[in-house]
Amino acid sequence: MTILLYDGSFEGLLTSIFEVFEYKFDDAEIISSANYQQKDFFAEIHEVISQKEKADRVLKKLEENLGKEGIRNLLWVYLSERKDLERLILSAVRYSIKNPKENILQDFAHPDIIEISKICKSVGRERHRMTAFVRFEKLQDDVYFSKIEPDFNVLPLILNHFKNRYQDQKWMIFDLKRNYGIFYDLENADFFYPEEHQILQLRNPKNLHHDEEKKYQKLWQRYFFKTNIVERKNIKLHIQWLPKRYWKYLTEKN
Amino acid sequence: MDFARIQEKLEILADAAKYDVSCSSSGGNRKNNGGLGNSHASGICHSYTEDGRCVSLLKILLTNHCIFDCAYCVSRKSNDIKRAAFTVEEVVDLTINFYRRNYIEGLFLSSGIFKDADTTMERLVRVAKKLRTEHRFNGYIHLKSIPGASDELMKEAGLYADRLSINIEIPTEKGLKLLAPDKSHAEMMKPMDFVKNELILYKDERKIFKKVPKFAPAGQSTQMIVGATNETDLKIIKVANHFYQNFNLKRVYYSGYVPVLEDSRLPSIHSQVPMQRENRLYQADWLMRFYGFRADEILENTNPFLDLEVDPKLAWALRNREKFPVNINTAPKELILRVPGIGTKSTGKILMARRFQKLNLEHLQKMGVAVNRAKYFVEFESENIFNRLLDEQNLRKILLSGMKSKFQNPFSQQLSLF
Repeated sequence: MTILLYDGSFEGLLTSIFEVFEYKFDDAEIISSANYQQKDFFAEIHEVISQKEKADRVLKKLEENLGKEGIRNLLWVYLSERKDLERLILSAVRYSIKNPKENILQDFAHPDIIEISKICKSVGRERHRMTAFVRFEKLQDDVYFSKIEPDFNVLPLILNHFKNRYQDQKWMIFDLKRNYGIFYDLENADFFYPEEHQILQLRNPKNLHHDEEKKYQKLWQRYFFKTNIVERKNIKLHIQWLPKRYWKYLTEKN
Repeated sequence: MDFARIQEKLEILADAAKYDVSCSSSGGNRKNNGGLGNSHASGICHSYTEDGRCVSLLKILLTNHCIFDCAYCVSRKSNDIKRAAFTVEEVVDLTINFYRRNYIEGLFLSSGIFKDADTTMERLVRVAKKLRTEHRFNGYIHLKSIPGASDELMKEAGLYADRLSINIEIPTEKGLKLLAPDKSHAEMMKPMDFVKNELILYKDERKIFKKVPKFAPAGQSTQMIVGATNETDLKIIKVANHFYQNFNLKRVYYSGYVPVLEDSRLPSIHSQVPMQRENRLYQADWLMRFYGFRADEILENTNPFLDLEVDPKLAWALRNREKFPVNINTAPKELILRVPGIGTKSTGKILMARRFQKLNLEHLQKMGVAVNRAKYFVEFESENIFNRLLDEQNLRKILLSGMKSKFQNPFSQQLSLF
């Protein structure tokens, strides 16, 4: 048994997969070094250094076999941050290399493939929710600011949505769970990684609010209240669509 | 801006617009070139009210002043309520500011008829025009057409709006005459027919000239109030089917009547909202649009009401048992779609997965099929013991005991009919 330790990046993971084939490790497990605790004394440790060239070769092969959508699915599994994400992705790649002519991601009777399909459903749903549940607050410097805390690491998946939608306003979306965000400055949308003291400010930006912010929040809250039909009350359905864990970031629920 | 006054108007005019169910933001596809907003083909629901309905658009009336006196409508002339009217600028400002905060996908603007059809329609169009031209707004706009509005105004509306709709209100002309003496189906059909023809015209022109602007790219929809008069479900879905076939409608919405007024022509103010019936109608609608069912397959003349206990697809299967079991590994798509418990997504997965290996019941379960219903109606290469029950008289009972209806919960206000 060989344990491949990588740096936790998607590029590193793809490099590891390349090396599994390069060194013909039949019995291999890929683990991110941050998650590694020595448990198997008899396993051989193989440290992987991320290499763009190797990662790209894996991507190219996968695109030939599974198309762009296939790569997207495997990237979503990576962003799900699941404990066994490396095993599932390696399993799918192995299966695909053996059957290059088939889109093996459609074999929904295969236990690992159905698992991947379920993960993609969850990640896709979270991505969609984050396009819906982001609530911007206007700050004094005219930047529209939002905090989120998604179950999966979907920030990279919503960048383009917001970039296309809000082209004439500056905006920022900050992931409180993973401590990074996106900032759009009217030209580019880029990731940013704030310092400790900045994070504190980002967690509670109320004293930075624009004068009119509170007023529009109030209007929205009143609208939300008035558009409800009391005679049709159905809290179970309400919670099914709007799970409680999101409420604290929704202006209308506060 | 006087926020207190705006808030008061917003409360009145959101309250008056809330019974309109057509609030989806799908079907539009508008790109953003440096301005504000875009629309996706699939639409986004930004929130959900406590009644479980989605909030994707700022849904308001321009005004609730109305010269009509429709019995089912809170804004009717003879109802003693607070009245208010937004200015064009106020609606534009609310839309833009809500949109910039990502509260909404766009605007759904309807109105009471405050002077005559054209004056009202002209004001609605002006809001859309201002949003599109002055604010470079590319979010979704749904305008309610006013029955009797002129062709010129309808044409302009179609150039700025993503979707146009006109409510048919009551499925039968007789019922409509009773409850809405100022309205007629013929007058509603006229703008609907005009929009349909323009949609075809613009589509043809765009094939030749790329620069031709889009006309109501998300098409048109309508809504019917259910349970205010005593029409049958068969009548309702036949009317819906007629609209899908002849007017190319994107959606028909069904709105279970919420008693808002005491009127001898209407169900009592204490009657329940027919939510379960409404739900079954939507299921029937889905069967027509996505599952290849005809209206007269879903309901027969001898029994023109939808079964409240089981969904219409299962009800059809129980009536047509000779069509089952369906072999999952060999049957064509159309037959798999007819199996109770198998939806369009699962059908797609089944068709893909069976190229790799023979499927069994366990595979179906993992793919997300509701096997508690499907298991009696499918077969595989190896024996499926549940098929033996297919001929049983009490299969319906067996099925019901294995299902948990979403209406058998403490939140349902509806009593069982049986």
